[in-house]
Amino acid sequence: MLPLAILVPFILIALGADFIAPYDPTEPIPGAKIFEPPFWMQGGSMHALLGTDFQSRDVLSRLIFGARVSLIVGVTGTIVAGSIGTALGILAGYLGGWVDQVIMRITDAWLALPGLVFAIFLATMVGPSMWNIVIILGLVFWTRYARVIRGEVLSLREREYVKLAEIAGASRTRVILRHILPNVMNSTMVLASLTIGVVIIAEASLSFLGVGVPPPEPAWGSMLSDGRSMLMVGDWWLTVFPGLGILLVVLATQLLGDWLRVRLDPQLRNL
Amino acid sequence: MAPLLRVSGLQAHYSSFGGSRVVRAVDGVSFTLREGETIGLVGESGCGKTTTCLSIVGLLPPAARIVGGGIEFEGEELTTKRPREMRRIRGRRIAMILQDPMASLNPLFSVYWQVAEPAYHHQGMRGRSLRQRVRDLLRSVRIPSPEVRMHEYPHQMSGGMRQRVVGAIAMAGGPRLIIADEPTTNLDVTIQAQYLDVLKDIQEETGVALIFVTHNLGIVAKMCDKMAVMYAGKIVEQGSVRDLFRAAKHPYTQALLGSMPKLGSKEPLYAIPGQPPNLAQLPSGCAFHPRCAHAMPQCVAQEPDDRRVGPNWTARCWLPDRQAQEEYASAVA
Amino acid sequence: MPAPLLELRNVQKYFPVSTGALLRRKLGWVKAVDGVDFAVWPGETLGLIGESGCGKTTTSKLILLQETPTAGTIRFGGEDIAGLQGQQLMRYRREVQVVFQDPYSSLSPRMRVGDIVAEPLEIHTDLSREALQERVAEVLELVGLQPEVARLFPHEFSGGQRQRIAIARALATHTRLIVLDEPVSALDVSIRAQIMNQLEHLQHTLGVSYLFIGHDLATVAHISHRIAVMYLGQIVELADSLELCAKPLHPYTQALFTAALPAHPDERHARLIITGEVPSALDPPSGCRFHPRCPHAMPQCAQEAPVRKEVAPQHTVACHLY
Repeated sequence: MLPLAILVPFILIALGADFIAPYDPTEPIPGAKIFEPPFWMQGGSMHALLGTDFQSRDVLSRLIFGARVSLIVGVTGTIVAGSIGTALGILAGYLGGWVDQVIMRITDAWLALPGLVFAIFLATMVGPSMWNIVIILGLVFWTRYARVIRGEVLSLREREYVKLAEIAGASRTRVILRHILPNVMNSTMVLASLTIGVVIIAEASLSFLGVGVPPPEPAWGSMLSDGRSMLMVGDWWLTVFPGLGILLVVLATQLLGDWLRVRLDPQLRNL
Repeated sequence: MAPLLRVSGLQAHYSSFGGSRVVRAVDGVSFTLREGETIGLVGESGCGKTTTCLSIVGLLPPAARIVGGGIEFEGEELTTKRPREMRRIRGRRIAMILQDPMASLNPLFSVYWQVAEPAYHHQGMRGRSLRQRVRDLLRSVRIPSPEVRMHEYPHQMSGGMRQRVVGAIAMAGGPRLIIADEPTTNLDVTIQAQYLDVLKDIQEETGVALIFVTHNLGIVAKMCDKMAVMYAGKIVEQGSVRDLFRAAKHPYTQALLGSMPKLGSKEPLYAIPGQPPNLAQLPSGCAFHPRCAHAMPQCVAQEPDDRRVGPNWTARCWLPDRQAQEEYASAVA
Repeated sequence: MPAPLLELRNVQKYFPVSTGALLRRKLGWVKAVDGVDFAVWPGETLGLIGESGCGKTTTSKLILLQETPTAGTIRFGGEDIAGLQGQQLMRYRREVQVVFQDPYSSLSPRMRVGDIVAEPLEIHTDLSREALQERVAEVLELVGLQPEVARLFPHEFSGGQRQRIAIARALATHTRLIVLDEPVSALDVSIRAQIMNQLEHLQHTLGVSYLFIGHDLATVAHISHRIAVMYLGQIVELADSLELCAKPLHPYTQALFTAALPAHPDERHARLIITGEVPSALDPPSGCRFHPRCPHAMPQCAQEAPVRKEVAPQHTVACHLY
């Protein structure tokens, strides 16, 4: 199970960051030089395994804490987006009529906004902080859920067991909570696992541009940004490691999402 | 005279999960069919009747394979034929009619092109003679005003009409055998009756043989000369329709006949207890024994072979033996 | 003489059809149900038989309040069900349930069987959890299932068992009328008899009434006390089940009997005389709707629609031949 093999270590590392990381990621290593290379290169040493950055902070520690930031923002951002989108999708799909029209027009309008630009705009407005970013990303990415879930609800609504509940006298709230919601959860989860990667990249982009998680808190995106200028002189470890981190985590979530999609769809499962 | 079709000991398996799970969908099926005869292949879902037919025409899905037995058609062995050869046989010498006419017809082409296609490919007909042939075919399935309707598209026709078009396409290549797999399940009662009459007419006019796959014994009673009852991949009883309806020997056949509601009678229906078997986990011995009212210890221990219970009549059951023994015992006592 | 449980009087349901999006073209009406009268008595089964387009599905939707009639009245227990609100509506919903044809889509896949069966009770009553579980167990046993199955999910059951669960749900709230819409058509032949017998047993035990909608004459005739034959939105004949089988009077009913599959190879049915197909309900034929296909059509049939009247005891027909 390749995705899990990648993700579980990352999750464990992120959770245990305080215990695993050799140094405080925001403080320079006492006695270290700036831009020390990783230990297997000339000039590197064992006390900074993956080298140091422009403030002689340990790259490895920053990588570890950055993992935590990326995963937390990715997961909670996805949860926020998923909750808003699924709720609106269900309301639009099941209630129909003007509710549907209003929600769909809002969705269309929202989609017209360029995602990242909008996120940057919001971030500069409310000021950067990790939780602000989570909410902002949730607000940017809910639309993809709303559309898909609404479509599913439109077809679910015609299923016999839903009609039967209505005939039995169930209130609309009851039908939504007991019959519609549990049956769209599959799609929501698949969408969620596919979205986590996108959210992580979005967060990295925001941090890269300087409007994400504020320094000195480590984030892979800002590490990329900080280290960019040093690429020209050959100090590759400042960007390659965080870049690899992003690559692996996003790849893993995409694979996981794909596997989940096949697993949860009873029709595809037997192929 | 050699039979038109002879299926002997046919075995077809479905494998899934990379070969770890094998389902014996067809497990030793044998029957023969002569020119112009109609046989009903009767059974419930999962009994193997459709798989048997797909094996005959060489259209098994990728997960399934013929693993044993033979299919001899017009003297040729079909199981060893290459796909290219089977393509020449399909449509021309053996045709198939399926359950859902909308799925069998291409929505993008007119009725004319679809009926013409087999004649075009297999018999190389063209131009005026092709048009004439299409007209004749549509007429033979009793489609009114064929010259006009041949230019219609499937979605412009009703379900009954479409199924007749499917019938016309089946006849277009001039086949000697038509396999009809539940062709009337989706049709209304009166439409079904009309359609079955059409099939009977075609048979009388062209002498084509029919395999009728169905779970509906009423269709068998109306259309077939002989019938083979299938259960869990095997034929459990086989014989003339008259013989089986009058005095079926296998408990499953008896149960099926007893569970049919009869018009004008309020007699309680015989309900077979239990569920149709899971082919991946068949019971020991005779697969029907858990649901059989006459099960004996022997039935659990040993699978019965196909025994002759009358002229051209076999049943896969231990019971006839026992009954014969009892008759003998009471006769000599 | 007890009052009928369900009574339909002159019920009509017309669906508007708009032609063309921009131009103001004259609207047409699909006359799905056009003057239907029948009654269902307590403890009896009324069979409704007809082919596609006859209006039986629409009729069931009207009874289940999924559609409202364009005209006519539907009474349940003497009360008009149109415009029922609040408490009375809930009571109707409690006493009238439905079982649909497809066992695979009538049970919510993510709910346990016990919850599915309990749902009507949860909606309509205030029973405690224990009381609910008790009732669920009671009802499951009534339909021939073990109470332990309550904690399983629908996909663990076969088609026949799912239908039993659907029937159990329909019975949970002391239902008085169950609309059964082709309840056995999608089941394997050997299971059909099981379910039919179960339904009959339940009727004997509980006194519940059934409206049994089907297309297979033998099945409908077997379970019904009386049968109503529908054609193009109207009832053309209504009689006691055995009487109808012995003496079908309306030419369409006779055609249905001729078309019915034999139960034995020796039963030689006459060839079906009627031809063509059911015309569209958008523009039904004038006078008697069956006249274009009727082998006994007379000039009167094209001009005047026949009224359904009693021709033999408890046997009504809508035909000019009588």
